[in-house]
Amino acid sequence: MARNREGLVLVLDVGPAMHSVLPDVEKACSMLLQKKLIYNKYDEVGIVVFGTEETGNELAREIGGYENVTVLRNIRVVDEVVAEHVKQLPRGTVAGDFLDALIVGMDMLIKMYGNAQKGKKRLCLITNAACPTKDPFEGTKDDQVSTIAMKMAAEGIKMESIVMRSNLNGDAHERVIEENDHLLNLFSSNAIAKTVNVESPLSLLGSLKTRRVAPVTLFRGDLEINPTMKIKVWVYKKVAEERLPTLKMYSDKAPPTDKFAKHEVKIDYDYKVTAESTEVIAPEERIKGFRYGRQVIPISPDQIETLKFKTDKGMKLLGFTEASNILRHYYMKDVNIVVPDPSKEKSVLAVSAIAREMKQTNMVAIVRCVWRNGQGNAVVGVLTPNVSERDDTPDSFYFNVLPFAEDVREFPFPSFNKLPSSWKPDEQQQAVADNLVKMLDLAPSAKEEVLKPDLTPNPVLQRFYEYLELKSKSTDAALPPMDETFKRLIEQDPELISNNKSIMDSFRGSFEVKENPKLKKASKRLLRDKPSGSDDEDNRMITYEPNENKIDMVGDANPIQDFEAMISRRDKTDWTEKAITQMKNLIVKLVENCTDDDEGDKALECVLALRKGCVLEQEPKQFNEFLNHLFELCQERKLSHLLKHFTSKKITLIPKSEAADSDVVDENAGDFTVKQEPMLES
Amino acid sequence: MELDPDDVFRDEDEDPENEFFQEKEASKEFIVYLIDASPKMFSSTCPSEEKDKQESHFHIAVSCIAQSLKSHIINRSNDEIAICFFNTREKKNLQDLNGVYVFDVPERDCIDRPTARLIKEFDLIEESFDKDIGSQTGIVSDSRENSLYSALWVAQALLRKGSSKTADKRMFLFTNEDDPFGNMRISVKEDMTRTTLQRAKDAQDLGISIELLPLSHPDKQFNITLFYKDLIGLNSDELTEFMPSVGQKLEDMKDQLKKRVLAKRIAKRITFVICDGLSIELNGYALLRPAIPGSITWLDSTTNLPVKVERSYICTDTGAIMQDPIQRIQPYKNQNIMFTVEELSQVKRISTGHLRLLGFKPLSCLKDYHNLKPSTFLYPSDKEVIGSTRAFIALHRSMIQLERFAVAFYGGTTPPRLVALVAQDEIESDGGQVEPPGMNMIYLPYANDIRDIDELHSKPGVAAPRASEDQLKKASVLMRRLELKDFSVCQFANPALQRHYAILQAIALDENEVSETRDETLPDEEGMNRPAVVKAIENFKQSIYGDDPDEESDSGAKEKSRKRKAGNADDGKYDYIELAKTGKLKDLTVVELKTYLTANNLPLGGKKEVLITRILTHIGK
Repeated sequence: MARNREGLVLVLDVGPAMHSVLPDVEKACSMLLQKKLIYNKYDEVGIVVFGTEETGNELAREIGGYENVTVLRNIRVVDEVVAEHVKQLPRGTVAGDFLDALIVGMDMLIKMYGNAQKGKKRLCLITNAACPTKDPFEGTKDDQVSTIAMKMAAEGIKMESIVMRSNLNGDAHERVIEENDHLLNLFSSNAIAKTVNVESPLSLLGSLKTRRVAPVTLFRGDLEINPTMKIKVWVYKKVAEERLPTLKMYSDKAPPTDKFAKHEVKIDYDYKVTAESTEVIAPEERIKGFRYGRQVIPISPDQIETLKFKTDKGMKLLGFTEASNILRHYYMKDVNIVVPDPSKEKSVLAVSAIAREMKQTNMVAIVRCVWRNGQGNAVVGVLTPNVSERDDTPDSFYFNVLPFAEDVREFPFPSFNKLPSSWKPDEQQQAVADNLVKMLDLAPSAKEEVLKPDLTPNPVLQRFYEYLELKSKSTDAALPPMDETFKRLIEQDPELISNNKSIMDSFRGSFEVKENPKLKKASKRLLRDKPSGSDDEDNRMITYEPNENKIDMVGDANPIQDFEAMISRRDKTDWTEKAITQMKNLIVKLVENCTDDDEGDKALECVLALRKGCVLEQEPKQFNEFLNHLFELCQERKLSHLLKHFTSKKITLIPKSEAADSDVVDENAGDFTVKQEPMLES
Repeated sequence: MELDPDDVFRDEDEDPENEFFQEKEASKEFIVYLIDASPKMFSSTCPSEEKDKQESHFHIAVSCIAQSLKSHIINRSNDEIAICFFNTREKKNLQDLNGVYVFDVPERDCIDRPTARLIKEFDLIEESFDKDIGSQTGIVSDSRENSLYSALWVAQALLRKGSSKTADKRMFLFTNEDDPFGNMRISVKEDMTRTTLQRAKDAQDLGISIELLPLSHPDKQFNITLFYKDLIGLNSDELTEFMPSVGQKLEDMKDQLKKRVLAKRIAKRITFVICDGLSIELNGYALLRPAIPGSITWLDSTTNLPVKVERSYICTDTGAIMQDPIQRIQPYKNQNIMFTVEELSQVKRISTGHLRLLGFKPLSCLKDYHNLKPSTFLYPSDKEVIGSTRAFIALHRSMIQLERFAVAFYGGTTPPRLVALVAQDEIESDGGQVEPPGMNMIYLPYANDIRDIDELHSKPGVAAPRASEDQLKKASVLMRRLELKDFSVCQFANPALQRHYAILQAIALDENEVSETRDETLPDEEGMNRPAVVKAIENFKQSIYGDDPDEESDSGAKEKSRKRKAGNADDGKYDYIELAKTGKLKDLTVVELKTYLTANNLPLGGKKEVLITRILTHIGK
């Protein structure tokens, strides 16, 4: 087996007590194998089940015993078959002995790899550990387990046990369970082993690490207290988002007969002077530019190199501060872990001393870090203690990035105390809320913490791999519905709800909400800048309120008011357009029917209103064109008294200074009549 | 990546598609700074930071704006701004109104994005102000001149630019005159007040908001009720809320402006489903997001004009140019499994975009490593759903009192995430609000995202060394000596960003020298060298390392750890020389290659081939 490959044996309990959760075990294991097929396709996998009617393993054949343990698959490179296999686990009939099964698994690993491949051999046990184990031929169970564990440690076999107990019935098993837990603990203290206890199917899916990532240090070097006192540390990522695999683009251009077609797509970038031109600029003729206000500043690579901020690798302590000074929501990124260099015992001690004292006194450390030489920036972050609960694990720190001054936007928000009392809960409502917060409890002391991030799998990944599997069988497979198990993540737990039904009901009853009736759908957008829970007046930003009585026509009676109301309506974008068109029509009608000065005045007032509206709405063209048109009309009809009024009332075109879109320069706005006349006379 | 090949601000293993770190801000903002330049602004002073020195109100206003311009250019370079003085001797404005001067520099419109030149010249404005612009009271009773009215008119005309539907338009009015028409005859006063208020209302009706930044005299508080409460449209209830102590000190003013100049942008409108049949409305705000230098624009090096980047997809088999290929493939079980882009987005769509309450947990369940990206601040709104604020406040109080946080599922991100809602009580200091009241939404990792590193470093059956009582005591002294009192999280400017903009400014203005930027993130050497601190460090060191100070002794742990190294702790230990000889370096992953490069202090940039060549050159030496 080449390096960097893993040999894994799944040791699965399929006894009767496990039947109800086996579908979830199958899901978890199949996900694990699917990911191996994609990311670690040279990894090798074997499967052992126990609790089966029959017995089928090498140890049973060679030395006898080891009943009800069946090797479903010997260790082989992961392939489609095993991914299928694991989805149809046999349903066993007897209560199996997990110790026997572990020994069988361990034996397989040792026979396969011998002493090589330390740390790349992994045993994964999934059981409810509720069935009694057999007594060994000699010595106690404790001795036996310690021996096995030591053997594992010596062989470099890692073990993880997932103990799934959702609904244990009766106390008959209590003694057995206690003993089994004790035995599993013995593994943990004697081998690289850990035990995860889960109660819900969702945690079961989350407990199995399905993606194997080789841990790589981000940094190895000194944590500098000052230039004379340094602690050797290694820094790893503690949290890093697992994403969907990066899918390649596919080309279907190659003819179907072309067997050697790669179907790959290459992305090419062309740099052109303008969008239209075909002239392509060679890479060396390009220069980088950065936006600075409205300018783009070109910077040559040399300039960048000589001028840029320079850093030296290292972690420097800036000081300690009270933990309460660092609010939790200031953490900016995924989290790193800072562990002492395992070969430096003194550094382990130094980290231990600081971490423990930090925890004791509620302090944290502020550090400045540059992970690599020449890294473009330094980060300031906070070290918080991670005091180990296990004796064999050194203490360490978590590292979180803190924001720089530029990263913070401080907006003031109204104090809750200053809000009108009608918006604040009264005592009775507060009591109801207290009750809800207390009783809708996801971390009851007697039971497992529900939805613990460490045990909650990503539903999107789960769904993708499920879909991938379906598609591999039939290309036009439909997207499967959301897995039932994941409902617990997306919706409230029906059991929790029904247990607290009265609390939920009284909360619903105490806090009535209703849609704001004043608000029309389309106007919501305009209100986006309202700071939060304040009413209209509370805001210094006055936004357009949609007109209460909807005006949708410019009528003859009050045309100007109608027009103004319409043009300021914001519930639809086309109101402006409509208002302007209707106003124009009305003006033309007035002008055409104009017999005396009264009518003429009304028309002029309308023109003035239209002008004002067009300035407000920045629609200069609409008005300017119309005014020219109106002018022609007056000339045609020989309405010279109206024309006179245009001048006397100083009706002008809308110039650039009033509306940027206008193509009329300021000087020409006033004398448009003069300009128009010769044209009309010709 | 090609477009942005060596983004200096990107960590090596940071994902390239970190778009969620930077909330896209679609709309832009138009701002007019209106500065009262009346003689009173020059004659009134406030005590400054430095002892015995007085600063004029005009100076305070101008320095605030200068600082604000700089932050515009860094954080929001799309915003367009204009600077307009009123009560001036000279006039400069399109309307040709007296007493109003729109300050500008060449190659820039009156209202436009800030430029390096604008910033530079505005920095020097106080030197040339008297000569070029001059101060002169512009409200004259007899001639009915009203410079405040004119200023509002000019500002409104400037703000005609841009559609009010997509942009925010604001005026910031700096003045120390709380009663501009105070010494007029009553009839004139009424008239002027009426017309000015109408002018302001007209502007507000156009969607322009007017914000007042009043400057108070040390002995006489700016009385907002005299005139300005009507101008900015405050009703009596809100008067108490209106900033009480603005304008006492320059720093306070800067702080105020900084807080107000960025429009409060709702990053997201969120429906919070508390239980079936009860949903309230929340607004999500991005109060913390990493500021980064703008993206790179490629320029033609001869003309310095932006080049148009054209991306084309080419089929490698036929060479044909493809239209945005929509099929994606994942090799799996010896076949290529096809997905359409639509199918992939369907996979990610597993719930509505709502925030669904699942339950509550004690705060101790929220671990320090439960974090992925910057949090989002939530504040309730009764705008659409009346009663939201009340329910929110009730939960908020209960959560603070019971020391619990809410766990919820949020469908509004990709992928949807489990989130922790941590209630934050309001924190106030002299300068105003430090932490707003509300809840912070913390994005939790999934099990898939959490790595078990502790396990890697545990040695079964071997107890890890733990600090002794004495060592703890020494550590305690050390920590007390090195305690940062009044530490505030965002007190450091980003040194690389500061440097970046200093370079840009220098190049933009053709200056030879880049102004020095100070790296505030370095340890305080002076403090570290105080004898008591040095002694505390020395004692701690002594307690850990004993008398053998320099070389960390590798004691018994060494051999074991070596073994572990060879085994599981380190995946990068290859015989590189052997691999290089046999030409097998290419079989290693980039990460493994980088392990070698890191170990030998070599640069890590470039493609795989480049890395291999670099290693070969190094080995060849």
